[in-house]
Amino acid sequence: MIVELVFQLLQVTLVILIAPLLTGVVRATKARLTRRRGPPLVQPYRDLVRLARKEAIVADSASWLFRVTPYIVFASTWVATALIPTFATGLLFSWSADLIAIIALLGAGRFFLALAGLDVGTSFGGLGSSRESLFGALAEPAMIVIVFSLALIAGSTQLSTVAAFMTSGAVGLRVTLAMALVAFIIVALAENGRIPVDNPATHLELTMVHEAMILEYSGRHLAVIELAAMLKLALYVSLIICVFVPWGSAIADASVADRVVGAGVYVAKVLAAGVALGVFETSIAKMRVFRVPDFVGAALMLGFLGALLLFVSRTLK
Amino acid sequence: MTAVALCLAAVATLLALALAGGFVAATSFGRALVYGGTLALSLLVLLVAGDALLVGAAGETLMLPLGLPWVGARFHVDPLSAFFLVVVSLAAAAASLYALGYGRHERDPGRVLPFFPAFLAGMILVLVAADAYTFLLSWEFMSLASWALVMAHHREEQNARAAYVYLVMASFGTLALLVAFALLAGPDGHYAFAAMRAAPPAAGAATLAFLAALVGAGSKAGLAPLHVWLPLAHPAAPSHVSAMMSGAMTKVAVYAFIRIAFDLAGSPDWRLAIPLLIVGAASGIIGVLQALMDNDLKRVLAYSTIENIGLVFVGLGFAYAFRAAGFPAAAALAMTAALLHAFNHAVFKSLLFFGAGAVLSATGERRLDKLGGLLNRMPATGLFMLVGAAAISALPPLNGFVSEWMILQSVLLSPSFPQWTLKILAPAVGAGVALTAALAAACFVRAFGIPFLGRPRSEAAERAGEVDRFSLAAMAVLAALCLVAGLFPGQAIDALAAATDLAVGAHMPSQSSMPWLSIAPVAASRSSYNGLLVGVFILMSATTASTIIHRFASGAVRRAPAWDCGFPDSSPSTQYSGESFSQPIRRVFGRIAFVVEERIDMPRPGETRPARLELRLGDRIWNTLYRPLIVAVERAAVQLNRLQFLTIRQYLGVVFGALVALLVVLATWP
Repeated sequence: MIVELVFQLLQVTLVILIAPLLTGVVRATKARLTRRRGPPLVQPYRDLVRLARKEAIVADSASWLFRVTPYIVFASTWVATALIPTFATGLLFSWSADLIAIIALLGAGRFFLALAGLDVGTSFGGLGSSRESLFGALAEPAMIVIVFSLALIAGSTQLSTVAAFMTSGAVGLRVTLAMALVAFIIVALAENGRIPVDNPATHLELTMVHEAMILEYSGRHLAVIELAAMLKLALYVSLIICVFVPWGSAIADASVADRVVGAGVYVAKVLAAGVALGVFETSIAKMRVFRVPDFVGAALMLGFLGALLLFVSRTLK
Repeated sequence: MTAVALCLAAVATLLALALAGGFVAATSFGRALVYGGTLALSLLVLLVAGDALLVGAAGETLMLPLGLPWVGARFHVDPLSAFFLVVVSLAAAAASLYALGYGRHERDPGRVLPFFPAFLAGMILVLVAADAYTFLLSWEFMSLASWALVMAHHREEQNARAAYVYLVMASFGTLALLVAFALLAGPDGHYAFAAMRAAPPAAGAATLAFLAALVGAGSKAGLAPLHVWLPLAHPAAPSHVSAMMSGAMTKVAVYAFIRIAFDLAGSPDWRLAIPLLIVGAASGIIGVLQALMDNDLKRVLAYSTIENIGLVFVGLGFAYAFRAAGFPAAAALAMTAALLHAFNHAVFKSLLFFGAGAVLSATGERRLDKLGGLLNRMPATGLFMLVGAAAISALPPLNGFVSEWMILQSVLLSPSFPQWTLKILAPAVGAGVALTAALAAACFVRAFGIPFLGRPRSEAAERAGEVDRFSLAAMAVLAALCLVAGLFPGQAIDALAAATDLAVGAHMPSQSSMPWLSIAPVAASRSSYNGLLVGVFILMSATTASTIIHRFASGAVRRAPAWDCGFPDSSPSTQYSGESFSQPIRRVFGRIAFVVEERIDMPRPGETRPARLELRLGDRIWNTLYRPLIVAVERAAVQLNRLQFLTIRQYLGVVFGALVALLVVLATWP
């Protein structure tokens, strides 16, 4: 029991420690590919500390919701991340919420962030909230449909069970899984505001989405929101890892040594994903806002097609 | 006394209150008497029905010598009606508490006080009726009482129109229910529900009765495409009545449908699940899209009722299909999901309508683009509204999430259907439910964010203040209920066991024996959710983060003007409004439900008049389904109008012709 609790806590702290590093790796990769030296890998940590130490400036027209939202967004993202079996399945609290609940927790974060964007009463905040709501309204059903596919293959929406099933090798190669993977990546790009949907590095007024929502934030509030955004990226990367590349992760009741190895493998996989994301973002251009619904809609359709294949093939067996 | 006798006693007292309300309406004592009385009586019904639901025994049938002399009136409380009695009396108790304060703003209390208890009495009567005659009579009574409440502010022209449309649609719905009961009663005329159950109709008659019940109950519940009256009528009534209509009366309609389709219409036919699922999913999507586009706070809530009723009917559709396919466990899950969502919707929709009423009484405005910044001026109302908005957007750990999660779980059980049609339909409906839920979140970001956040868009919003204590207490109770039902879903599910037993012949495995109060619909390895733990985790991590940062980093705050990327604009009209917020969604989804007309009037260079964007949204359903019908009725009326201007000889000729035709029919009748 104690060991279980320790590993659960380790998992919770590991994701939060690795999240800024992942962002640092993506930035460094993009800098190298554009022949810049770029900031050091630890720059995101330094940014967070610097921001947290500054005083927070709150707009005159802001309400209490504005000051509470960063913590709500961070907490819901953190809880969602903690429920993902990153390096070992069957952790102590993994049964307290399934994949659908994880998606809903992320939806809660988006809900409050969009409200915070409206709170100060500036046009940019509203613009960000409005667009984020549109993207969310497309990405969330796409994600649910992908969950349908995964749940039908593994016979569970419990992420721990899904991951264990994927490791077991009973899956084989499936068309549905390929479709789900592509759809998953599209949703992950859209949800994290990466290129081609949104550019996290931009402050160009007419194209920003996430940055527009949090425009009025400063100091520790901004630090918490930035950390939540990094955590969300780490969450999606971990999700993809644990569902589609689960090899090397420790299964339930594994020995302590196995789990430590699992943690090492997990960190390596996350860093590799960061490099891959950097390469992808450098090689593609950002698309217009009203092309995004087509892009995310494609994910919805792919996910739906995959689920439909499964629904229909159930009788053929 | 038994449960049913107590309910009838409550109904009699309510009717007496309604009579008394007519005499004392002008005084503040009258308000206290009527709303205090309805509060006490609905709490009584709540206790009685809650007891009947938890005990789960089928109570006795009470026969009263009322109505038709050789039929009488039968009343009965079984777990299914007990559950809906709980929903209705809970919403009524909250509405009465709220109205103790809110009723003060009523300009013409004589038009509200007599009808409010009568409306409640009508709803209780529908739920305890045990024969078709009593049921239909109570149903009409409920409709007419609520119609009178819609007409309360009859001098506003749109309210009169709303009441007219409502009256027409309610009559149509009752007609359909009449047909359904006539088919179920069969040639021998079994009026009593027990007799109908004992002699189920033939397959063809049962199918027709099912469809008639879907039309009749669906039109009252607000299923698309019979929903057009709902967004007109619900907002037109005073806010506590709007809450009752959206929160409670739509649930009475759901009850009517379950009673007929699941209880009385005999063994299920899987084909009938198809219209149920399609209509449910379509109502969800159409309802939420309409809610996203509308600019009137109360109408947004009414449209969102259509969406939620759609979700309830999706749950019912899955329950029906699973029952037809012979999967009792899955049917129990889907049925529990539908009932739980009906309960949850009654709680948070009442809460939201109370909030809208509070906004209305504080500012006199319902239009979103005249409000803004209310969270600073009405902090308590704002907080409760926020809880309601989060609950209806299905955010964990609140109650709305649990029922939508269970609906999605029942979708995941549907590959086991033997029929191909259902197999293909199920994931599509599931995707529709997911889309509806996501759009609902966007809708309530808008419905809460535009009026409560930002800067005030009008002087009325600028001067708003907090509302009275009764209203706040009612909202606080419901907000607390949203949280409690979300944290302890297992207890709520267990309480529904007897009702699902009655509807689908099975109930979900007991949840309160699960470790750590989590819920697992089928098996823990398949899916489980623990609202309490998720809630505690969120609270813990938020406090941890905030403590650490305030302790070790900085806790200083400086107030300053908004930055706005360096171009702050002092005019509040530069904020996003409700219409601009939903513009991207309108552009992507709008054409599903609307005929969108946008006209841009751009002045030439050098002209000084402002540019204008005109937007007109035409309701596609109204245009394609109702307008041709109205035109046809008007044409027929013009033609028939000639009959008024015949001479006496022509009239005699018409009468003679009709007589001959009738005799011929009678002579040739087999």
